[in-house]
Amino acid sequence: MGNHSDGSPNHSGTVATAGQNEVEKFQDPGLPPHRLRLADTDPKAAKRAERQVALLFGISVVGTLIFLVAYFAIDLGPGESTIGNIRLQNMLLGLGTAFAMLGIGTGIVHWAKALMPDHEVSEERHAIRYEEDRQAAVRIVDDIVEETGIKRRPLIRNTLLGAVALAPLPAVAIFGDLGPRPDNKLAHTMWAPTDGRLKRLARDPDGTPIKASDVTIGSAFHVIPEGLNELVEGKLNEKAKAVVLLMRLDPDSLNPSAGREDWGYNGIVAYSKICTHVGCPVALYEQQTHHLLCPCHQSTFDLTQECKVIFGPASRPLPQLPIAVDDEGYLVATSDFKEPVGPSYWERDMHERSINS
Amino acid sequence: MKALSQKRRHPLAAIALLLMGLLITGGLYAVATTVNEAKASTSTFSANDVEEGGKLFAANCATCHGMGGSGSQDGPSLVGVGAASVDFQVGTGRMPMQMNGPQALEKPVQFNDQQTHQLAAYVASLGAGPAIPEQSLLEGGDAAAGGELFRTNCAMCHNAAAAGGALTRGKFAPALADTSGKHIYEAMVTGPQNMPVFSDSNITPEGKRDIITFLKQIETNGSPGGAELGSLGPVAEGLFVWIAGLGVIIAFTIWLTSRTS
Repeated sequence: MGNHSDGSPNHSGTVATAGQNEVEKFQDPGLPPHRLRLADTDPKAAKRAERQVALLFGISVVGTLIFLVAYFAIDLGPGESTIGNIRLQNMLLGLGTAFAMLGIGTGIVHWAKALMPDHEVSEERHAIRYEEDRQAAVRIVDDIVEETGIKRRPLIRNTLLGAVALAPLPAVAIFGDLGPRPDNKLAHTMWAPTDGRLKRLARDPDGTPIKASDVTIGSAFHVIPEGLNELVEGKLNEKAKAVVLLMRLDPDSLNPSAGREDWGYNGIVAYSKICTHVGCPVALYEQQTHHLLCPCHQSTFDLTQECKVIFGPASRPLPQLPIAVDDEGYLVATSDFKEPVGPSYWERDMHERSINS
Repeated sequence: MKALSQKRRHPLAAIALLLMGLLITGGLYAVATTVNEAKASTSTFSANDVEEGGKLFAANCATCHGMGGSGSQDGPSLVGVGAASVDFQVGTGRMPMQMNGPQALEKPVQFNDQQTHQLAAYVASLGAGPAIPEQSLLEGGDAAAGGELFRTNCAMCHNAAAAGGALTRGKFAPALADTSGKHIYEAMVTGPQNMPVFSDSNITPEGKRDIITFLKQIETNGSPGGAELGSLGPVAEGLFVWIAGLGVIIAFTIWLTSRTS
């Protein structure tokens, strides 16, 4: 109903005037005149369209046959299931199904468009709500209340209410079994010393321990805790928390903050590989700029500033693993991480406080 | 212009416009310490090689790396980088560097094999460093073991299918197809530019051979999953689906709603 076509300069151009009480300027043009299709007038064209539809259905038949032949004729038995055979069969199954479905679909649409009657139909709107329908619905509810006698029989009403209120309780018990809650599992990793013995740093994937003398300047080692590969249960869960990137750079370029001076050894430092943003492995180490890049969202950490975030969505530096060298020259973790590794979670602050107290 | 305005109501005009729109929018440093690498050089260099290499060095490299390879403001010292480093940097055309930038780019090789050999001999004579690997370390390894090592140590930068990937501030890890086994090995021991060093105490020479075998294996065997689309993952695959998949859907929609003649 908006009237935007009034070119009168008396009206402000910024306000569209509502067209109430005005005669509508544009009359409903109605349906356009019906245009006959070729197939309506020319029997030859109708015959041609008929053949086209039949051809499309024929393509569907061929597609189904291709599927069946590929499924039964290509042998994937022992010794025959080469990658070439599997690929060929997969491709033919896919193409066969595609032709079978598309043939039927396009055939029916073409049939409807070219041959079936195409007269225009308009449907008038009807009232959304009739008063008598509403009254009928009210009567049904009244009848139910009356016939069940729920008002006259409070014993039935109250026992029903009690039964309905209690019925969801088993669900509470069942959902309770989804636990137990992880408690502080997320705050601890395998790096914590067991029975006073410090964990050695080992190579990923073979698990051999790393000597400090092995780590040359510019190196990057992918590290797992010693003993991880021997775990029978929960190995991947432990690995997901404990993976560490070990790097060595010129000790002068490291700037350890107070209390963290002895967390590295001779320029060798170890940082958690789990991004503090959403937990992707941060392992793209640039040995000259000392940047660590997370491949998922481009969070960039500066190794020379204790892995401070210098770009990207991560909000905390990567946690550092305090390391030292044992009597035999192997690198060991002197303790677990001093904060929970990885992304934020609800109880993280509480866990961090409990680790440091 | 008239032809254009006549054709704009063509049934395919919308598709053409959409495709156009989609296409437009889509748019060393390695001071190796002596413990690991100071093994005897495998390829033997004669005194003549060293002497000729020294001349080449003075003429082509000393501007940045200093006389005697001692380094300058423009380039790092080459004492102790070893023959492997020279063979990689010069043999892949990264050195001599064309211009300063985020990283030295691969370009047509500037020196022939003999000159590269002589330059390597000269730089190796400046201080002990990683040597050029022997042929036996470059082939015949275990591709499965190499694949595991590659996915742990290399795939995060170079992509699981070795198609390369972006790093920070304009740097990138190159794709590894078409790189010779020797150059892959040398890159691992020397850590060119921002690549970390993977010394023999980190990945054993046999492990490096396995990695090279794995890379050659995936290069020759191709992808078992069909079209690779550059092995770039969701970016290339998404672009394909948006253009081809949606294009087909739009084409069908236009056909469904159009009148037959």
